[in-house]
Amino acid sequence: MKCGVVVFPGSNCDHDVYHVWKHVLHQEAAFLWHQDDSLQGCELIVLPGGFAYGDYLRAGALAALSPVMGAVKRHAEAGGLVLGICNGFQVLLETGLLPGAMRRNENLRFQCLDVHLKTERTDLPFTGRLAQGQVLRLPIAHAEGNYEDSPERLDALEAGGQVVFRYCEPDGRVTPESNPNGAARNIAGIANAAGNVLGLMPHPERASEAVLGNTDGLALFESLVEAGARHLESVGARQ
Amino acid sequence: MTVYPRREILDPQGKAIRDALTRVGFPGVDDVRAGKSFEISLGTGDPQAAESQLREMCEKLLANTVVEDYSVELLGSSVESLGTDGIRP
Repeated sequence: MKCGVVVFPGSNCDHDVYHVWKHVLHQEAAFLWHQDDSLQGCELIVLPGGFAYGDYLRAGALAALSPVMGAVKRHAEAGGLVLGICNGFQVLLETGLLPGAMRRNENLRFQCLDVHLKTERTDLPFTGRLAQGQVLRLPIAHAEGNYEDSPERLDALEAGGQVVFRYCEPDGRVTPESNPNGAARNIAGIANAAGNVLGLMPHPERASEAVLGNTDGLALFESLVEAGARHLESVGARQ
Repeated sequence: MTVYPRREILDPQGKAIRDALTRVGFPGVDDVRAGKSFEISLGTGDPQAAESQLREMCEKLLANTVVEDYSVELLGSSVESLGTDGIRP
């Protein structure tokens, strides 16, 4: 499956994602410049971490209006896969591809540490290689990861099974102490209703190689490779 | 235009500022909302058109209405009321 990694001015995890996809998983990868409105035939689009447009106005607000995001929006609305990591998640929220918004972290600090995540959905193209309730340890690095929405919309999100990852203790218990940023209901990652768009604050691409000391993030990318292969098979079967 | 966190949402920045105000001798502060303000010059002389345009700007870009509210104030011919450094005297 060909993966397009969007490059905004200020992106800083674009090469990490590209590296994992191309050199760890040996898949086709391309960089997509924010001023282009072509996705170069990519089936998976990744919005990487960083500080797109310097986080001016609000994190993700200006990036959401860039030409490439028009194409990403059409791709997502047609059922194409989109993954937003950290700043990429903020861009997805500002674009309206995912519901809710980010506030400053509750303690006002830039949080740079490993957190634990509880997996709540395993039937998505992003999570097929994970087990229900599986705990992942992944790094976070952000100042605005304090997810918020109205209580009614949060209830709807939960009812629709759109909460994919929650901050938790190493043993999987979801507690206020394990929440690093004050996010509503410990939410670390959510999907859209159709399940083809995922946003999460932690960085799986920074934990996908043994040499980095942690491979917990690799399962997300492997799930996507597998989903891509399944998709090709089903297309082949129809032809 | 002023953009500020919605009343019903905890504003971590505002809370920290309130706590700091208490420390420097203002214990009576109940709540602080920390926001942003924008001064925008428009060519139009029509206040109604200006206001609706400014509100649209807030809705579309300047505020994220999931977590922020905004207010719009028309200052009249604001260029004349600004000092030479662009800041109101």
